[in-house]
Amino acid sequence: MRKPRVSTWGGVAGAVVVAAILAFVLLPGFVVMIAAFNARAILSFPPESWSWRWFAKALAYDDFRAGFRNGLIVTGWASTIALLVGAAFAFVLDRYAFPLKRTIEGVLLAPLVIPHFTIGLGFLILAAELGATRGFAVVVACHVVLVLPFVLRSVYISLRSLDQRLELAAASLGAPPGRVLTTVTIPLLAPGLVSGWLFAAILSFNEFTASLFVTAQRTQTLPVAMYNYVREYADPSMAALSVMYIVATAIILIIANLFLGLGKVLNVEESR
Amino acid sequence: MKNRAETSGIEQKSAPPAGGQGFVRLEGVSKRFGDVVALHEATLDVRRGEILTLLGPSGGGKTTLLNLVAGFLLPDSGAIHIAGQPVTEVPPYRREIGVLFQNYALFPHMSVAANVAYGLRMRRLPRPEIARKVAETLALVRLVGLENRTPRQLSGGQQQRVALARALAISPKVLLLDEPFSALDKNLRGSMQLELKEIQRKLGVTTIFVTHDQSEALSLSDRIVVLSEGRIRQVGTPGEIYRRPTERFVASFVGDVNVLRARLEEVDGEAAQIAIGAAKLAVPAGTLRGCAPGAPVELFIRPEQLRLAETGDETACEGVVSAHSYQGGHVDLHLASEAAVSGRILMRWPGTEAIARWPVGTRIAVACAGTEAVAFPASPS
Repeated sequence: MRKPRVSTWGGVAGAVVVAAILAFVLLPGFVVMIAAFNARAILSFPPESWSWRWFAKALAYDDFRAGFRNGLIVTGWASTIALLVGAAFAFVLDRYAFPLKRTIEGVLLAPLVIPHFTIGLGFLILAAELGATRGFAVVVACHVVLVLPFVLRSVYISLRSLDQRLELAAASLGAPPGRVLTTVTIPLLAPGLVSGWLFAAILSFNEFTASLFVTAQRTQTLPVAMYNYVREYADPSMAALSVMYIVATAIILIIANLFLGLGKVLNVEESR
Repeated sequence: MKNRAETSGIEQKSAPPAGGQGFVRLEGVSKRFGDVVALHEATLDVRRGEILTLLGPSGGGKTTLLNLVAGFLLPDSGAIHIAGQPVTEVPPYRREIGVLFQNYALFPHMSVAANVAYGLRMRRLPRPEIARKVAETLALVRLVGLENRTPRQLSGGQQQRVALARALAISPKVLLLDEPFSALDKNLRGSMQLELKEIQRKLGVTTIFVTHDQSEALSLSDRIVVLSEGRIRQVGTPGEIYRRPTERFVASFVGDVNVLRARLEEVDGEAAQIAIGAAKLAVPAGTLRGCAPGAPVELFIRPEQLRLAETGDETACEGVVSAHSYQGGHVDLHLASEAAVSGRILMRWPGTEAIARWPVGTRIAVACAGTEAVAFPASPS
């Protein structure tokens, strides 16, 4: 289809508006990045002198180190469990018709509409009843519930775009159902599975609201550790940590993009 | 019920089971999806080594029948046998069938060689043997040199060859083809059809071929099964289906046909005398059972069986030329005529002279050139 022509002035005005919107979106990140290099121990903008020292301090701070480690533990378990459960449910929802299908689908997607603090509070009350407020189990369980809808959707969309005739072809060539799954279905779903896991991992690692309720001192994740830090201090090590967050996430997404294509990672294009 | 009784009676006449049983045998197989009857009590014998075509409009039941033979669907009732073994309950991966899908269904994450080797790997053959068979099969479909490409890097015709090689590599008992040529352009389609037929003859593999394209069916098949609304309408060689259709549906679905108003004169054993205008014509009596002499009938006659009436000919009907359509080798002459049920008659003329000799508006008299025609009781409309 031919693109409609825009007059020169319209084009310029459009470019300005787009640039303004982009700047607005990127502004907070930009301010924080600048603030991280402030040599003085205040969160001010713009800085008067420059330094790397807040990066060193952030990396050396015990609570951040523990929070990072705890975050990895929680994220690893939560997104892996969510992937297995979500993929299984997505498969069943895609392939089988059964009573209450819509209801089950609704329940699995419900965390999208229930506020995170409600889920966190709920898990806190449950954990208190069971006397399990100090362990990782409750944090992991809470995160599984939070990220499950995203994994489920990601895998479900991949399954929808999978041509089932490929599986029939494999069966006609002598592959029993188990081998169809391992040689055709799973390899073709891999981008959807990986992107689902990655999405879940990023969400879980950054989750704050519910984590604030369900973590204890021993299990606090990085966002919670940062919150606790900022309540007491206001130096730029927080900003330095934010910069590292942004860089790490960007690197992960770039790698994922190299292997899968960002369209597939974000599930905005058909995964074939 | 009446319909079915007729169908099976005709089937026995035109297609006696060779040696008692077919290589693929369906006995009273039915399949319904909810309230829709996809296939109704189909009984069919496919002979060893033949190309049997399932022909019919979409929704006629031909793809359902194919999926039942493949084992992708389970019948609601009836039994299916392949090579003398009952397979009704056998899952597809133990049926040893090769399927060529309409969209080819090549594995996009595997190379050409890996696609062809897939069925052999599933049979856990030793590596050297797999390599030998893959090379052999790729040579058969003339695809040597493309082993390491992925399906996406191939043209439509090449993809189809890979799909065919993949299905043939496992030396299937039966080859199932589901509208394999519909995605190819016209020129390629013709050459692929020829090639497929050559390969099929070379290997002698029993083949069931699904199509809605009647010319494809006529040119490719040893025998044709015409299906509509989930029922088998007629089974026969392409010649039998084209020249001696036993049902109104078959006569109008396969090939071009003129339907002319006529009258039954008398029935004499297997032959019936039909009067159309001043002309008389003998047709098979089988399709006119229950008609009394003098009853109105509809004569189904092919365009090439009609010609211009010359002096001394008995005129069958008259018509006014309404359009010419040039077809390259011949001209289609369209006549408006009262005698035709649709009000139109189609005639064929070799060369281009018809356009100049009978311009639009000319009134011409039509005679029957041959005796190949069938008649059915006039439809009560």
